[in-house]
Amino acid sequence: MHEKKTEKKPSSQVSPYSAVGIVAAQSLGEPGTQMTMRTFHYAGVAEHVPTGLPRLIELVDSKKEPKKSVVEVYLKKSLASKESEAQDVAFDMESVLLSEVALVQEDLAGKKIVITLKEGEAKLLGVKMDMVKEAVKKTVGAHKVEARGNRMHVTLGVGIAPKAKTKKQKEKEAAEGPAAPTPLKELRKLTMKVGKSLVKGVAGIKRSVVLKGDGEYFIRASGFNIKDIVKIEKVDGSRIYTNSVIEIEKTFGIEAARNALIREISSVMELQNLNVDKRHIMLLADAMTADGKVKSIGRHGLSGEKAGVMGRAAFEETIKHLVNAAITAEDDNLVGVTENIIVGQTIPIGTGRIKLGMKVRK
Amino acid sequence: MSASKPSKKKREAGPRPKAPVYVNGSLAGFYPDGAALATHLREKRRMNELGYEMNVYYNEKTNEVFINTDAGRVRKPYVVVENGKSRLTPEMLTKIKAGVLSWEHLVKMGVIEYLDAEEEENSYVALSEEEIIPAHTHFEILPSTIFGVTSSVLPYPEHNSAPRITMACSMAKQSLGLYAVNFSQRFDTRAYVMYYPQEPLVSTDFYKALRLKKKAAGQNFIVAITTYKGYNMGDGTVVNKSAIDRGLGRAAMFKTYETEERLYPGGQKDKIEIPSPEVVGYRGEEAYKHLDDDGIILPESKVVSKDVMVGKTSPPRFLEEISVFGVVEEKKRESSLSVKAGEVGAIDSVMVTEAPSGNRLVKIRMRSSKIPEVGDKFASRHGQKGVVGIVLPQEDLPFTKDGIVPDLILNPHAIPSRMTAGHLLETLGGKASAISGELMDGTAFSGNTEEDYQKILKENGFDEHGEEWLYDGISGKKMKVKLFIGPIYYQRLHHLVSNKMHVRSRGPVQLLTLQPTEGRAREGGLRFGEMERDCLIGYGSSMVVRERLLEESDKTTQLVCNKCGMFAYHDYIKNKDLCPLCESEEVSPIEISYAFKLLLGEIRSMFIFPRILLKEKA
Repeated sequence: MHEKKTEKKPSSQVSPYSAVGIVAAQSLGEPGTQMTMRTFHYAGVAEHVPTGLPRLIELVDSKKEPKKSVVEVYLKKSLASKESEAQDVAFDMESVLLSEVALVQEDLAGKKIVITLKEGEAKLLGVKMDMVKEAVKKTVGAHKVEARGNRMHVTLGVGIAPKAKTKKQKEKEAAEGPAAPTPLKELRKLTMKVGKSLVKGVAGIKRSVVLKGDGEYFIRASGFNIKDIVKIEKVDGSRIYTNSVIEIEKTFGIEAARNALIREISSVMELQNLNVDKRHIMLLADAMTADGKVKSIGRHGLSGEKAGVMGRAAFEETIKHLVNAAITAEDDNLVGVTENIIVGQTIPIGTGRIKLGMKVRK
Repeated sequence: MSASKPSKKKREAGPRPKAPVYVNGSLAGFYPDGAALATHLREKRRMNELGYEMNVYYNEKTNEVFINTDAGRVRKPYVVVENGKSRLTPEMLTKIKAGVLSWEHLVKMGVIEYLDAEEEENSYVALSEEEIIPAHTHFEILPSTIFGVTSSVLPYPEHNSAPRITMACSMAKQSLGLYAVNFSQRFDTRAYVMYYPQEPLVSTDFYKALRLKKKAAGQNFIVAITTYKGYNMGDGTVVNKSAIDRGLGRAAMFKTYETEERLYPGGQKDKIEIPSPEVVGYRGEEAYKHLDDDGIILPESKVVSKDVMVGKTSPPRFLEEISVFGVVEEKKRESSLSVKAGEVGAIDSVMVTEAPSGNRLVKIRMRSSKIPEVGDKFASRHGQKGVVGIVLPQEDLPFTKDGIVPDLILNPHAIPSRMTAGHLLETLGGKASAISGELMDGTAFSGNTEEDYQKILKENGFDEHGEEWLYDGISGKKMKVKLFIGPIYYQRLHHLVSNKMHVRSRGPVQLLTLQPTEGRAREGGLRFGEMERDCLIGYGSSMVVRERLLEESDKTTQLVCNKCGMFAYHDYIKNKDLCPLCESEEVSPIEISYAFKLLLGEIRSMFIFPRILLKEKA
């Protein structure tokens, strides 16, 4: 048995100096041309998540944030089979902003913000008055907050020191005399801020849906915020997943980002019924994550970091590269394929790389 | 819309608002009852009180009347029906037959009227007079008029799938035939004329009406539907060599070459003459052998490629061409008109005339016969196109008990997926026609039916389905099944291999890049593009990449200075290699692509100095 395995191994290995990159690019690119513009529809939050070619482009370009980010949250194994628990978590996760549950009005004369709880909405979203109070206090900071029943008053400027003046303001003051204070402007600013303050749930998580899969219930929600979701007690932090590769890189590191890339690209190809060997996708993900941060394919990423001047010039922005190379007196040591084709040499790939050696007996 | 939504009941009860009336798209006014206005206008038109070119359309949903009298509307004539009765009476028909009544009369009498696309929406058209019910407003003069000019010439389009009809229409335009009766007087840049065009055995009413048989573009081929040793796979066809020798599909190609005695600034002029040997670029006596004393070729000379047809000399390109003796020498350039590479034929006609610029102009029409060969394209009138896969002598082809040998063998796989039943029906009709001696009618919806043909075939002792026992031409054995065989009209399309075939192993290169030229006309190579390059790289065959992109393209050897990396040169007077910059004599030859040399030169022109630093290859 063991012998057979060792026999088989060399034939399953890629031979030395194979152009794996080109083969991977062709293997991914050719099915890419067949990708249909048809998008598949799902119920719930994932409905508008791009699939197919747009999604592939998004992944390869390594955008900061996907068009529609989705997070999948699983419960701890002991709770996973209970739908009600999942519903609870989903309910807890969904973020509620103050403006959704309360009327935020500004009282210009009194230089106050009046916050009135909308009881119906608040009840529906599970928001209580003290939660609102806490949220408001958090955002308002040192301004005076009074609460009476359903109503809250935030009075501006009480118990707050005026901000340190910048140099520019000081200069202006010296020239024109002290500027008239503009509390109204500040009031408007604060009102906006208060309206957007998080009352409940996890920041960034919008709609959520409880789904069943593999005999357990899990939550799919739009947005991502792994750090805060993990803090929820019932959530199994080891099984959380999001389609935002950048978010995964930030929270779990580059290796996780590589795996996420592989998984995301594979799922796009699978959805279109295109068969691409996983190793091609793995190579792509490796290339994108090799130096510790997620790089895009193209001018701003992988191709823009090629070693040779001529290789870069042959790709995009020819003149820019040539001029910069001239300014810095750059050398091109002809290490890449493109460079060698340009000057008309044998390319250092496959048969162009192997050399014959001879042992000379002394 | 009023602010408060009226209830359904209220809307019904209330008086209908006045209908806006649009004349040629712009609002002309309002009328209380739109429908009545439209009917009234139509009556006036039928009474010839309003022009017959006017059309009215009443939109019931939006309650609007559109009156159109402008140009550019596509209109179609119909017979008017009133109260379930045709306005065209039997008495009128007899009068028409007698020649008393004409089409114009019928239009003026309101018996026939033209509808445009909009007014058609207000009408209910019966397909024939028998089908008329009281609701009808018109009936079709002829159902087959739904087809356009090109498609109405095709037989049995109602038995074919729509895409195939479209293809048949576009291919009919590519067919060789008698394109113009005065072709021998014309100097078209390129024209084909078929030697023996035939009238189709199955044609249509429109074919007759257009008198197309006088300009036929095709021949009735005997076509058997069967496979033949793989030579008719994938829309290939097997063609009978003996039939070709008898003139099947044979055509002549006419091509006009022209040249002009041009005037140059400085009063110089081209001259049409037999060039003298002193002329720069003289091609040798042999090349001018066909020319008459005036320097123009004689008609009916047999020419091959690169033979001179018009001898011409031009003044030198640069005036200051001074000879060694310092005397300005009038050295003329050779600029004769010669036959293009790869073409053979005979000179059909020569014309000497005047160009619009007033210069003397010579036009020469060359004729070459184009005999069908492997690779030529043929098509029936049902979108069934195919390329000749093999040409076989009659002896090798199957035959019937009557000794009928197919001219062409069509692969049966060409039929089911394309649903061109019309092709089969035409073959059946062709057979019936050939047997009975009568031409058949394949007009859409009204032509001869399958039953008609079956009757004729049966009466004459043939299989009613058009199938016959065939005998293998090679072994003489009877085939195991009966095969479908019969005459069908085939067109030879103007995609001939002889005009397309192209190969190159060596040849001309471009002046600037030293890379091979592009295109058949320039004897060029085929582009080995980026994606092709990627494939070789992916396969790891570096040497092949190098061969394609360097050795077989624009390889040059250049000298490079070992010290400064600048291109050096060989000084033939001093007989040594020199660097123009540092005057070093230590230079090395390198093999690079000429395009790279150009690139470096262009970079240098931007005041960037690229150096080639050489080192010994390990």
